[in-house]
Amino acid sequence: MNGVNALLPYDFSPWTITSYMLVMVFYGVALLRMPASERPGPGRIVTFVVGVVMCYAVMQTAFDYYSQYMFFVHRGQHLVLHHVGPVLIALSNPLPIMRFWGRKIPQGARPWLAPVQLSYRVLQNPVVAPVLFVGLVYFWLSPGIHFDAMLSRQLYWIMNWSMLLDGLLFWWLIFDPRSPYITNALGYGKRMLLLALVAVPQMLLGAWIVFSRGMVYDVYEVCGRAWPLAPETDQLLGGLLTWIPPAMMSVLGILIILRRAMHEDGRYPKQPAALIKSSGHMNT
Amino acid sequence: MPTFVSGKRIAGLMALLLAAFALVGCDQSNREWHGKDISGLMPPLEFELIDTQGEAVNASDSEGQVRLVFFGFTHCPDICPTTLARLSQAVGKLPDNERERVTIMFVSVDPNRDTPEQIAAYTRFYGDRIAGVTGSEPQLRQLAKRYRTTFGYDEPDENNNYNVSHSAGVYVFDTLGKARLLLRPDLTVAQIRDDISALAQERRS
Repeated sequence: MNGVNALLPYDFSPWTITSYMLVMVFYGVALLRMPASERPGPGRIVTFVVGVVMCYAVMQTAFDYYSQYMFFVHRGQHLVLHHVGPVLIALSNPLPIMRFWGRKIPQGARPWLAPVQLSYRVLQNPVVAPVLFVGLVYFWLSPGIHFDAMLSRQLYWIMNWSMLLDGLLFWWLIFDPRSPYITNALGYGKRMLLLALVAVPQMLLGAWIVFSRGMVYDVYEVCGRAWPLAPETDQLLGGLLTWIPPAMMSVLGILIILRRAMHEDGRYPKQPAALIKSSGHMNT
Repeated sequence: MPTFVSGKRIAGLMALLLAAFALVGCDQSNREWHGKDISGLMPPLEFELIDTQGEAVNASDSEGQVRLVFFGFTHCPDICPTTLARLSQAVGKLPDNERERVTIMFVSVDPNRDTPEQIAAYTRFYGDRIAGVTGSEPQLRQLAKRYRTTFGYDEPDENNNYNVSHSAGVYVFDTLGKARLLLRPDLTVAQIRDDISALAQERRS
């Protein structure tokens, strides 16, 4: 796995490559065609691209090979897919790009999108979203399911894609650029609460892995490791990666939201509830 | 004309569904395996390797046999000797007609050190139901990838001794080549024997 080989996919997935290419093409075309006043600045564009490239890299380069055969690298892969990548993408605020393409949807097609909108609203419910976010981590890390997911190519892809899509949904809910003062976006207090709530169960799971005496995930033992690393070390590192960085991401998220809340404090005059609702609709 | 469906009809439909489930249930073997059931999780057996005579060998050459595939290397200090000993003991405990339908396949993933002759000498020690195979590194990587396993080499010391990481599990394929079981290293000889015996008895269809 040297040089160019390291950059090539270990397990080539045409569907994955096509999806990433489409995202970049849609983003690029929107950037070029949108009015200059709406266009994101270079910093935001770079943040978006870095987020997308990181997710792509852990799925379609040699990194994926090591993720399949080393528990701690696998935890690193999910850290990128569920946290770091989606955080960067959400922070880059791709809302103008989404609006650009949203305007292109013909009026006649809108009723057909109703089920998509409904499921989106359900998934972004402030109770459903954090339960799903933590639930997926627990689901794929429950030892029996984890074993199957690492053995079956199909399950492995479902696992990685579900982590990425759920990461995008959750962090988009958290870093929704629309202000809750003038739209129906989730309030800053609730966002910070969600971040604190999702951190605790992830820390518990990570700590449980770190302090487990026996082998929790023996699939790496059964299927062979990428290099002869002591199984205890692999498990310890993987547990630490499940425990500490996600908790740090929550802290970082809370600080970012706090800064935004303080920034916006007093900026918008208090409005009657009815007005908030109507302006919210106008902005969504 | 009322359009609702009567309770009786619903009950009838449910009974029919239950019967269908029961039939499906009967059709599949409900056996509790000691090994991990991997039916449907992994693709059927397929490989292009070389045998201990240096001849090309593929999966169809051993069709009709229950194949126990194990990845290892002849310089292996612990896992390979114990696993092969337990597998050959389990196979040795089978009745003759079942034993003839079982092949242990030892795949050496260390082709730089393990020549076909060396593998032959090594496997002979574990009985006559064992076949040693190896191949070029790309061939071995392809096979390992197909079964979602891998192997890796440590840096060699001054005497060119090095450790090789490899799968500790045994992949079991039935007489038709379908992936059926993954035997974890903690199974006892009796448990392995039970599972292999059940597979060897399966009706060939």
